[in-house]
Amino acid sequence: MSDKKPVLELRKVDKSFGPIDVLHEISLKVREGEVLCLLGDNGAGKSTLIKTLAGVHKPTRGEILMDGEPITFSGPREAQGRGIATVHQFGGTYPLMSVGRNFFMGMEPTKGFGPFRVFDREKANRIAVEEVQKMGITRITDGDRLVGGLSGGERQSLAIARAVYFGARVLILDEPTAALGVKQATHVLRIVNEAKRRGLAVVFITHQVMHALAVGDHFAVLIRGAIAADFRKGEKSREEITDLMAGGEDMASLEAQLETYMDDHEGHPPQLSTS
Amino acid sequence: MSESITQQKTDETAPTSGGFSFGELIRSPAAGAFFGMIIVFLIFSLFGFQRNFLSVGGLANWMNFASTVGIIAIPVAFLMIAGELDISTGAVLPASAMMLGITSGHYELPMWLGITMTLLMAAGVGLINGLLVTRTQVPSFIVTLATLFAVGGLTLALSDALINNTNVSLYSPDWAKAIFGTRYFGFRTSVFWWLALIVVFFFFLHRSPWGNWVFAVGGDAESARNAGIPVNRLKIWLFILCSVCTALAGICQVVQFNSAQSATFFNMIFFTIIASVVGGVLLNGGFGSVVGVVFGTMTLGIVQQGINYTEIDRNLSLLIIGVMLLIAVLMNGTFQKLATSWSTKKDKG
Repeated sequence: MSDKKPVLELRKVDKSFGPIDVLHEISLKVREGEVLCLLGDNGAGKSTLIKTLAGVHKPTRGEILMDGEPITFSGPREAQGRGIATVHQFGGTYPLMSVGRNFFMGMEPTKGFGPFRVFDREKANRIAVEEVQKMGITRITDGDRLVGGLSGGERQSLAIARAVYFGARVLILDEPTAALGVKQATHVLRIVNEAKRRGLAVVFITHQVMHALAVGDHFAVLIRGAIAADFRKGEKSREEITDLMAGGEDMASLEAQLETYMDDHEGHPPQLSTS
Repeated sequence: MSESITQQKTDETAPTSGGFSFGELIRSPAAGAFFGMIIVFLIFSLFGFQRNFLSVGGLANWMNFASTVGIIAIPVAFLMIAGELDISTGAVLPASAMMLGITSGHYELPMWLGITMTLLMAAGVGLINGLLVTRTQVPSFIVTLATLFAVGGLTLALSDALINNTNVSLYSPDWAKAIFGTRYFGFRTSVFWWLALIVVFFFFLHRSPWGNWVFAVGGDAESARNAGIPVNRLKIWLFILCSVCTALAGICQVVQFNSAQSATFFNMIFFTIIASVVGGVLLNGGFGSVVGVVFGTMTLGIVQQGINYTEIDRNLSLLIIGVMLLIAVLMNGTFQKLATSWSTKKDKG
């Protein structure tokens, strides 16, 4: 199973902000064509870990290896240049700009020369729509449409398609499904699978165990800045993972209750209000 | 062969200003401003028909006023689109006029030198604004409020110390008059500066890749930074641009009227912001257009200045501006909603 070569590797990485240790001896491998799920409750250090991977933070101790070579990123820009793309919870898109302009933000295609270089709207729109459709979102057909009119899942998909198009090798998805409904989340999970099929290394951060199990090949549970468990697909059940994340036994029984509820109610979790 | 040429031709004409499809129009931030201006213009034409509102003189009158506001309003709108605000323009305008008056008028330095010094001084104020805003995270409203008063006070104090007067007169050489301060067909030179700048700024914001960055910075600065856009540098340049354009307006004024006053021009702050907001620029950034701001400025010009050429009571202009601003802000939300939900492929959805 572990024959795929790691693109990005953390070796005993510590990160502290002043006297506060946020990450403690994190060792991880992200492999090509694999989805690594980082699970953890709020405050477990997930976002610090992502930011360390994405070059925003430098590790206090330990090293980061890319393709087996030790590396230090001078900033997020360099990490991106080396193919590490981060997609945030809300997709990092600009709601009042068009699909085409969003897609090429910071890498605008131009035509003309010298000071008269203009943004090539048609090319941008065409490529953006093509790429998003290739990822399986067929509802986006108009590159001039403003992103604010798209659903949350479509925005995520747009951001992922953008990362893939610009040659990302490692795709870091920060809670992509957290703000989405069931159907939208399924969309995004399908796109995560598509990215994986194309050979990208995906780091999928979530606290929804169901979503993690749907796409993950490899799992790491983060508790208070340290990796509490590191296992592969099929090695642990959902209940065990939930327990690990919460760090206690209570969750298992609650989960069990939820499950019986969902079995009785055609797979819907209990909801306080209907949307 | 001919077909490919026509194809190319339509490709080129398609993205130019406005377009003629309804979708394009409604999606444009200028839509509301355009309809607003038409309505105001029609009403004023009705009441001003017999008072020369529609004559060249009437047009020149409010266009002259609008040009000074317009030269400053577009860069102010850029900053608003980028999520910032610059109200120091109210002090930079008289400061530049005084600077040119004192250097080239009182001290009789060569005109070109005075103009260069004035523009550099303004660029310096813009740089300070930009650095303070990007380095300290203090809201730009407060930063530029501080520089507004600082520059205003400094202008008064320096004029008093240097020339022992708060006014200064300047007699410009012919070439400077021709470039900055004469009239062509009844229109002040600043009108032509404004028109030229509209073209340049339109190109910058809507055609060049940098324009994209301005919107992105105002839409979501964090994502823009992640996308590799030099957010702080861009903001600093926009502040500099804003001050330099204000200085240009100041230069035009002092050359035109042969004199400058050092009193801070607080109204300019309101005029530029009103022109931007009525022009469809979103106060919290990320949305707006040059054409919209131009319409907004013209509307303001008509109501503030063109009113003299109508039978409408001059005292009502402030009331009209207030009501107009309120309507604009309320409408902007509606137009935005229309814009986001509009797709040219209507049946998909």
